[in-house]
Amino acid sequence: MDILYSDKPMLALLVSAVAAMFILFTGERRRNLREFWTLLASVVKFSIVASMIPLVLKGKIIECTLFHLLPGVAFQFRVDAFGLFFATLASALWIATSVYSIGYMRGLQAHSQTRFFFCFAFALHGALGIAFAGNLFTLFIFYEILTVSTFPLVAHKETSEAIRGGRKYLAYLLTGAVLIFFSMGVTYALTGKLDFVAGGFLQGSGSDPLLRLLFATFIFGFGTKAALMPLHEWLPTAMVAPTPVSALLHAVAVVKAGVFCVLRVVLYVFGPKLLYDLDLWLALAYFASFTIIVSGMFALAQDNLKRRLAFSTINNLAIIILGAALLSPSAITGGIFHLAAHGFMKITLFFVAGAIYVKTHKENISELDGIGKKMPITLGSFAIGAMGIAGTPPLVGFISKWYLCLGSLEAKEIVFLFVLLISVLFDIAYFFPIVYNSFFKKTKDEMKSGIQEASMFMVAPIVLCAILSIVLGLSPNAFVHFFEMASSAMKNILGSGGG
Amino acid sequence: MTASPFPILVIVVPLISAFLIILLGWLKKSLCYPFMIASLMATVFFSMAILRWIIHHGTLHYYLGNWDPPWGIEYLIDPLNAFVLVIVSVISLLIGIGSKPMVESDIPRKSIYFYCLFLLQVTGLLGIVVTGDVFNLYVFLEIASLAGYALIAIGEEGAPFASFNYMIYGTIGACFYLLGVGYLYIMTGSLNMADLSKLLPDLYASKVVLMAFAFFVVGVAIKMALFPLHVWLPDAYTYAPSSVTSLLAPLTTKVGAYVLIRIMYGVFKPNFSIEVIPATTILSWMAFFAILFGCVLALGQRDLKRMVAYVLIAEIGYIALGVGLANRNGLLGALLHIMNDALMMACLFLIVGAMTYRGWPRQMERFTGLHRKMPITMAAFVISALSVIGIPPACGFFSKWYLVLGAIDAEQWLFVAVLLISSLLNAILFFRVIEYVYFEPVAKESEVKPSEERTKFMGNEAPLTMLIPIILFALAILSVGLLSGTIISLVIQFALPANF
Amino acid sequence: MEQVIGKYNYWIYIILMMIGFYAMIGKKNLVKKLIGMNIFQTSIILFFISTGSKKGATIPIVSNGHEGIHRAIEAFQYMNPLPHVLMLTAIVVMVSTFGVALALLLMIYRRYQTLDEDEILRLRRK
Repeated sequence: MDILYSDKPMLALLVSAVAAMFILFTGERRRNLREFWTLLASVVKFSIVASMIPLVLKGKIIECTLFHLLPGVAFQFRVDAFGLFFATLASALWIATSVYSIGYMRGLQAHSQTRFFFCFAFALHGALGIAFAGNLFTLFIFYEILTVSTFPLVAHKETSEAIRGGRKYLAYLLTGAVLIFFSMGVTYALTGKLDFVAGGFLQGSGSDPLLRLLFATFIFGFGTKAALMPLHEWLPTAMVAPTPVSALLHAVAVVKAGVFCVLRVVLYVFGPKLLYDLDLWLALAYFASFTIIVSGMFALAQDNLKRRLAFSTINNLAIIILGAALLSPSAITGGIFHLAAHGFMKITLFFVAGAIYVKTHKENISELDGIGKKMPITLGSFAIGAMGIAGTPPLVGFISKWYLCLGSLEAKEIVFLFVLLISVLFDIAYFFPIVYNSFFKKTKDEMKSGIQEASMFMVAPIVLCAILSIVLGLSPNAFVHFFEMASSAMKNILGSGGG
Repeated sequence: MTASPFPILVIVVPLISAFLIILLGWLKKSLCYPFMIASLMATVFFSMAILRWIIHHGTLHYYLGNWDPPWGIEYLIDPLNAFVLVIVSVISLLIGIGSKPMVESDIPRKSIYFYCLFLLQVTGLLGIVVTGDVFNLYVFLEIASLAGYALIAIGEEGAPFASFNYMIYGTIGACFYLLGVGYLYIMTGSLNMADLSKLLPDLYASKVVLMAFAFFVVGVAIKMALFPLHVWLPDAYTYAPSSVTSLLAPLTTKVGAYVLIRIMYGVFKPNFSIEVIPATTILSWMAFFAILFGCVLALGQRDLKRMVAYVLIAEIGYIALGVGLANRNGLLGALLHIMNDALMMACLFLIVGAMTYRGWPRQMERFTGLHRKMPITMAAFVISALSVIGIPPACGFFSKWYLVLGAIDAEQWLFVAVLLISSLLNAILFFRVIEYVYFEPVAKESEVKPSEERTKFMGNEAPLTMLIPIILFALAILSVGLLSGTIISLVIQFALPANF
Repeated sequence: MEQVIGKYNYWIYIILMMIGFYAMIGKKNLVKKLIGMNIFQTSIILFFISTGSKKGATIPIVSNGHEGIHRAIEAFQYMNPLPHVLMLTAIVVMVSTFGVALALLLMIYRRYQTLDEDEILRLRRK
């Protein structure tokens, strides 16, 4: 495999950090200039990331080593197909979210907007760092940057509920971080290295029980961020955050970063072979299936729209992990691709929830009867997103679900096929009533007057994301070759790991 | 042979200037501060020069009055000394710069004597680090302590009493140390550290040597406030003026830790401390409880300065744990933490000082809206808080990493657990404060309009002489961690005792 | 028994040290604590001095002027001077500690009008 040395990964990272500084110093006085920095940074970042795609697709790895942190471990970025996949997703959705959040924050006349945009840019910095990190240590540094920079966003409203949400968020994530810290230490003590290797590097470095324990601490550590089921509690609580935060960070960057890290550990630290040998893949798959089913049931019981979306997120994240745990070619491809597919669809749904909130200050599903007549474009996009998540054919969700189902057949585990199908049923059960009620029920009196579509800043990203989830469904390689990246990542993992 | 006079200059310059400053004060009071800064800068320069020499040429010897050791006093500087020396001199320079506004508002009439004592304190600390003679070390220990007692007593209402208590404990510690010196002298007839380490191995079976070792360790543990000998610390550091606390808290304890390492792994050979008597095991258990109790007791504090003082006790526990683990990674962690913790504590106490200087109470419930009034200071506070918690890329994470690795290497899972749990406890401690500062809603009338904000900015933010050190500390905290690999390969790995 | 009588000087210093230690820890009056501290330090000085001295020995000054150089120096005739020198330094340290402590006590007394530890703690709690 060719290794290419380039500063691009570092540049892509620095863009948002520098932008964060500009935002901070521009401050509240010149709001337009401040928002300009955000937009500029997001576009520049995306173009830098996108410029790396052709090289990576040719099978090259872009590497950038800055300095040595400890013996055998450097502060290093290494861009492979999998990392670039996540980076592309995060930076692409940042553009949409920046536009949207400007509309949202101004629509609500929110306070401390400088802090908001500052932390937002930093969170992206963390997410991209996670994507590009060449070893566990570097990854952990950015993981923590992401954790900490998200805390002010969660607690942004400064109400006691928001602060409690923030506390819970920190409590879960820092405990998780401590577990990761521990597992990282054990890994380093066992092997003396932390570099990611496609197919894993832990084989034969310790006794079986120790490796099993290590796997458990790793999964529980990163699982907090990925909101695996017993560790998910912070995510619905954190829905008190402003919607762009929920959208980008809880549907895309934060939880996706968690899933990304789980996948990194499963596929690049342990590797398929070791997981087979220790039967860990089955344990992880059952663990994920448990989450899929239970979170689906929880979602049904929620009346708050954002909380329902949160549980749906938990559900879908577990599906991605299930895909990786099955370890068959189609399942891994489908799992990785679902990272992006779910990202586009879920961000549409969150954007819609936010738009409704800005216009009506309603958060509960039961209060939204007939709103589709007032805000047809918004709710129409919602319908598209909901169908996508349920896996309806022309949409992007279908492709990932199809590959996941194929994968579970390849792995010869019919149980998981059923799990996936049941989850589809759940998706339909908890999304379609919303679509139905909003379009076909009678509008309530209080909603009759003065409700209309949200501002262009909000509607444009909504529509764009909805369209993208259709386009990507029709042609999964459109624009940035998501599917190709996913399958090339899969080939790397299975090709060299000998699984 | 000696090729450089720096080891003595680094002591003599602040010592002489401490007395000159009083003369200068009689002439013109405003000259004292610049003079002190100049002499501190000189010490920084000398210590840097020493470090450079060490990196290029290895150990540096300086014989006082040209008496050959073991008869004369020898200043022996190896990478360990040089490393701690640079930390001490740099931090005291920055704190010295930052002390001006606090001194001039707290004790305007006696600022000359403050600067004099400040320099004496620095002299003592530097002397402890430079010397290669156990008795000479005692003398410097007492110079530092005496200056410390006096400086602490300047503080607020409870300060003299706290200082007196500190003095009782400190004297017991110093006397124990002196007894240790006496016992070793009886057995070997030598006071030179290098000489002692050659003579002692034949005597390891002797009860007297054992006693000497015990006295040394207990004495130093009192001076560095290792749990359960920490009782003097919270009161003394809470009531002392912030300019003093920010000098003493980071440095006295770290220099104590240095002495501990020097005695356990320098004067005595590591195998004595590890195998002949289970000193390292005892030490790591003391550290275990120090970390736990420090964090838990800190949870009960509402006064920020007191809380940080308890955190400091836990941080000392980290260092002692690293020393007690007695393996390569543990010691690397301990040494790295000496540097990192010195930076963090200096930054935190200086921030507390800046807050009290601007008239803020130290009760954390009343911090609401602080981030609007002192944005830069509070940003620095967040950075150092994150570092104490151990969140990368702040430097606290990196020392913790080595400590955890050391504990894993030693297969002491309980110590691993306590290190990790303390991270969580620290997170609770500091995020509680951060919440008060950033997220408690400010009462509406105190909202300032953007235009006013600008004009009032400098009036609310810490004065520039404090702000600059605070910013420098914060930047150092962020960068030192990432550079820890370089620092270890340049200096610290040579500072480890042989066979590690 | 021989242990006790033969090394009586060490026993005395141990007893003195314990007295001082007790006073420092156990006494409530701050001045008594200070006196205890002094006894404690003095005991250590005595200890050092007694390690350096020998029965029948004299100060290590080579007498008889120039002739002294040509005679063999018999070490047992002389005391070890180093502990004495060290203790000179230690006494200086001790005296300065004492001075600082007295100054502190003065400050405490001016503020609380008492030197009783319990009383001060009671006043402070108010």
